[in-house]
Amino acid sequence: MANYVIKRLFSMIPVLLVVSIVVFLLVHLVPGDPAAVMLGAEATPQQLAELQEQLGLNKPLAEQFFNWLGHMLSGDLGHSLVSDKEVLTLLWERLPATMALIMYALLISVVIAIPLGIISAVRHNTRWDYGAMLIALIGVSVPNFWAGLLLIMTFSLHLGWFPSTGYVDVTQNLWKHLEHLALPAFALGFLQAGIVTRMTRSSMLEVLKQDYIRTIRAKGGTEKVVILKHALKNSMIPIITIIGINFGLLLGGTVVVETIFSIPGIGQLLVQSVFNRDYPVIQGVILCVAVIYVLISLVVDLLYAYFDPKIDYNEG
Amino acid sequence: MEYVEITKEAEKKGQFAEQMRAFWKVFSIRKTAVFGLAIVCFVILIAILAPLLAPFDPVEDVDYGNRIANPSATHLFGTDEFGRDIFSRVLMGAQVSIAISVSAVTISAAIGIVIGLISGYYGRWVDNVLMRIVDGLMSFPPILFAIALMAALGNNMGNIIVALAVVYAPLFARLVRGTVLSVKNKEYVEAIQVMGGSHIRILFKHILPNCLSPLLIQMTTYFAYAILAEASLSFIGLGVPQPEPSWGNILYDGRQYMLEAPWITVFPGVAIAVTVLGLNLLGDGLRDYLDPRMK
Repeated sequence: MANYVIKRLFSMIPVLLVVSIVVFLLVHLVPGDPAAVMLGAEATPQQLAELQEQLGLNKPLAEQFFNWLGHMLSGDLGHSLVSDKEVLTLLWERLPATMALIMYALLISVVIAIPLGIISAVRHNTRWDYGAMLIALIGVSVPNFWAGLLLIMTFSLHLGWFPSTGYVDVTQNLWKHLEHLALPAFALGFLQAGIVTRMTRSSMLEVLKQDYIRTIRAKGGTEKVVILKHALKNSMIPIITIIGINFGLLLGGTVVVETIFSIPGIGQLLVQSVFNRDYPVIQGVILCVAVIYVLISLVVDLLYAYFDPKIDYNEG
Repeated sequence: MEYVEITKEAEKKGQFAEQMRAFWKVFSIRKTAVFGLAIVCFVILIAILAPLLAPFDPVEDVDYGNRIANPSATHLFGTDEFGRDIFSRVLMGAQVSIAISVSAVTISAAIGIVIGLISGYYGRWVDNVLMRIVDGLMSFPPILFAIALMAALGNNMGNIIVALAVVYAPLFARLVRGTVLSVKNKEYVEAIQVMGGSHIRILFKHILPNCLSPLLIQMTTYFAYAILAEASLSFIGLGVPQPEPSWGNILYDGRQYMLEAPWITVFPGVAIAVTVLGLNLLGDGLRDYLDPRMK
């Protein structure tokens, strides 16, 4: 297992190298002089020269990349061109809100999806199955930003049950924190719930057909034991995989949902930075999210060990 | 000679018709898939006929005297803050959204096919290098990557297509590579190699057809994702620039009038959801038909 973890960690190096090259090249995809684009039409030649110097844009591309990579590895993601704050500081300030939103969305999706998926599989081809699949299908078809708008219209503007926008940190007031994140987390989690429900159903159906399930039933195992102890645990690998893969979907979804609900997370920071042409912050956010995503993939791979001890980690 | 060619052509046509009949016989058993296909055909038809069906010009027909008017016989979906007809804007928005998603997915599939074929067929260092690049590109959440690309390229329709094509191409490359790996060591491929068949011929004539079923399923799913992605980009102001209508930017307009004019928000949202629902149902049906193991 330790060998597998080390091997898996090493396999992340080329992936992260490609990620860093792409993030670095983002600034160079900007048509024309990136410094001129960032500063706008009113910039003086002196300001342009200063920014080119600050970003190292007047050096050869390869040199620029290695300088930039060196700074990244030492934790220096540069400074915001708007607020002059360190990008890393901005990310640390914004990450808690985004992570809280994602965690609640994941929680909501799992709470909805696993029971729905189980019911759907156990009551295969009945009204329960069709009903659960209809909910799942609506989940995967409704855009999360539209769901967010409908939730605001219904539960904030008409019923007044939840605040429509804003964010309160968990350390300030737990209740208000939950109140502010309930609607955005639901808007975000509903899509995820649709995907996980479908996966849980198909995975459970596959497992329920296996011989060992029939054996447990023949030995007098109750339905509760068969489903929760044996079938669900053995269905977990594809379910965890899909949750892991869709973590990226949630990270992407936060951009729009944070914008609608005015949550000061990294998604909102990214959108603001795009409109301000604050490229160091854009690069910082994208790099941060990609690194989180790569790490999540690693965690998902390692979680397999718990759910499927048959996997031989000494191979391949 | 000509007669032989004509006969062969007729035989091929006959076979195709036979295949289509066999496909429909199995596909139509699943009513939800047929419903999905009907929705997709309907939306495509609406998109094509939008200029003829739209009662007003979605951009030019501004009527300040009729701002945020309720849905009525004249304005089926009401009007927006400039008095523009929402129904006409949603119809034209269908054209824009479908055009972007079809172009982006087609280009990304084409790029993905070439990378996947080369990577899977040649293997070794070619595969290693290409797949590490693909893994790296797949490490970005799609919509975030698209936003970053739009930030660099600037927002217009062409750049949305480019951004989404770049985002989805690695996913197609992975899919095609997987299929190539499962096919390239089969005896018939080795036989063609021994007989001196060129690599290009082997790749495109003998290996690629094996990738088409999973590709078709994947493309249907990604059409839905591309529609959602375009709408998300336009919704945050990084997609189709105003005043050109797209489902996403109509929703963006409606955000400020959610209380007094909910129709601006509701109708384009329904259009997106119904289209994506249709594509999902169609994708599920195709998956059941083409890959019964995944049923």
